Amino acid sequence: MELKGKKIIIVGERDGVQGPAIEACVKSAGGEPVLVQTQCFV
Amino acid sequence: MIPESKTAQKNTVIKGVTYFLAHVPNMVRHGSKPTREIESTPNLLKDFIEHQIPFDKAVSYAPNQVYIGNLDPDDLRSTPMPWWKYDVPSANRQGPFGEIMPEEEFLGMMKICDEFEILILEKYFLENTILQLKIHPLLEDKDIEKLDGKGVPLSQIEKFIEQEGAMPLYIKGDKLIGCCRRAHEEDFNLIPDILIENLTNKASGAMALRHLNAKFGCQDSLEYLIGCGEEAVGDRYNRGGGNMAKAIGELANCQNATGSDTKAFCCAPVHAIILGSGLISSGIFNNVAVVAGGSFAKLGMKFRGHLKNGMPILEDVIAGIAILLGEDDKKSPVVRLDSIGKHSIGTGSSQQMIFEKLVVEPLENLNLQMTDIDKFATEMHNPELTVPQGSGDVPRTNYRIIGSIAAIRGEINKTQIEEFSEMRGMLGFSPTQGHIASAVPVLGHAVRDIMSGKMKRVQFFAKGSLFLGRMTQLSDGVSFILEGNNGGD
Repeated sequence: MELKGKKIIIVGERDGVQGPAIEACVKSAGGEPVLVQTQCFV
Repeated sequence: MIPESKTAQKNTVIKGVTYFLAHVPNMVRHGSKPTREIESTPNLLKDFIEHQIPFDKAVSYAPNQVYIGNLDPDDLRSTPMPWWKYDVPSANRQGPFGEIMPEEEFLGMMKICDEFEILILEKYFLENTILQLKIHPLLEDKDIEKLDGKGVPLSQIEKFIEQEGAMPLYIKGDKLIGCCRRAHEEDFNLIPDILIENLTNKASGAMALRHLNAKFGCQDSLEYLIGCGEEAVGDRYNRGGGNMAKAIGELANCQNATGSDTKAFCCAPVHAIILGSGLISSGIFNNVAVVAGGSFAKLGMKFRGHLKNGMPILEDVIAGIAILLGEDDKKSPVVRLDSIGKHSIGTGSSQQMIFEKLVVEPLENLNLQMTDIDKFATEMHNPELTVPQGSGDVPRTNYRIIGSIAAIRGEINKTQIEEFSEMRGMLGFSPTQGHIASAVPVLGHAVRDIMSGKMKRVQFFAKGSLFLGRMTQLSDGVSFILEGNNGGD
């Protein structure tokens, strides 16, 4: 999937991959994070 | 001349751990998630009543038996799943680490904790409860005196509910037997929903601490208590001000102790163990207890998944824990103060960095391999409670990451990850009670097994979801290693 130029909503998970970590990947791929959250599912 | 320091570093040991569960199926409807869902879909209430389990089933539920020490965590591997379908033979409400208490008795204990006439109980219910509590080994005459004559007619309770918005309390599904009142006409911090969170937390923490006192005779020698629950005690001017530790200590007759609360979401208990160890090691205090009651708000949190899978709603317990830290007695397991791992503010949020800081770096500092750790204690949530809701098997996820890191480091090969995870991990057995589930359910088993020589070294690491409070995107984590005592050799 091409992320460049796309606006991205990011929902991470504490015991999986957290929001800021996904955000860093999205930015490096040229995407634009518009919402970054991390959830705790326990 | 500079006087010699009286605070030279000493070893800190963990002398013992006690656990408490209150089985409260009729309170589940008041958990945060159930309250919101029943409000929007009132028909759901019957599902909560129909999907309760009786007290004897809660006692014979294998994860609960592990929690109070009647079973070993590894016994779960040979217990058929789903665990809720198979009763543990010879299950007992009492265990070597503590007990499981029925809802009626726990309501009585909450009333003993209530100094402000917040909890109101119906006269005949209270009289029957007193009869049960009189034979409880950890309740004294002065506890019972707090209950005598406090029961009220049912009509009075109905009036409090209708006219003041008190929270109704039930047993046996729909039998009204009490209510929780608000404590101030205007203060949102003293409404029934919050006060009952705090009362259940206090009562469960006090019971865990009473077990600790009874088992280790530490009531008079405790000097400092560190509370590490997730409650927020306070009024409109000091929400979250605390001090639950001291309130719990009073109920456990720790006359010589003071205390304070440590807040760090789920990883607060491990923070508290580290801080308490520092107090002892520095010579400030000789006997410290870390204590926490349970989380009322988390009751029934994943009920949707349980209903969808035709299960009972098993998030039906309030849990407590108490941990006794002391000076080196040359026999109890030692908290290695040179093994503390921490997720620093600048660490970042990738799982790899978190595990690097909490697991790997402390081991490297001690020239230890990951294979030198007999067991890793991490988030110990019972998967039977989380998987049906789609939240995954949290302990298994964490153990697979640890195993993968061991493989990346070349300590094991890739094909051994599963074996490593099984041998040095455990199946989750803790109720989903937040801070309670975070590494510390293993502590009692670890102390016992290290002292018996079955294990040598256990690493405890806990994570906290700070971002839930909307003050930071950060998470948190801390770790320590518990090791066998070489008796000064």
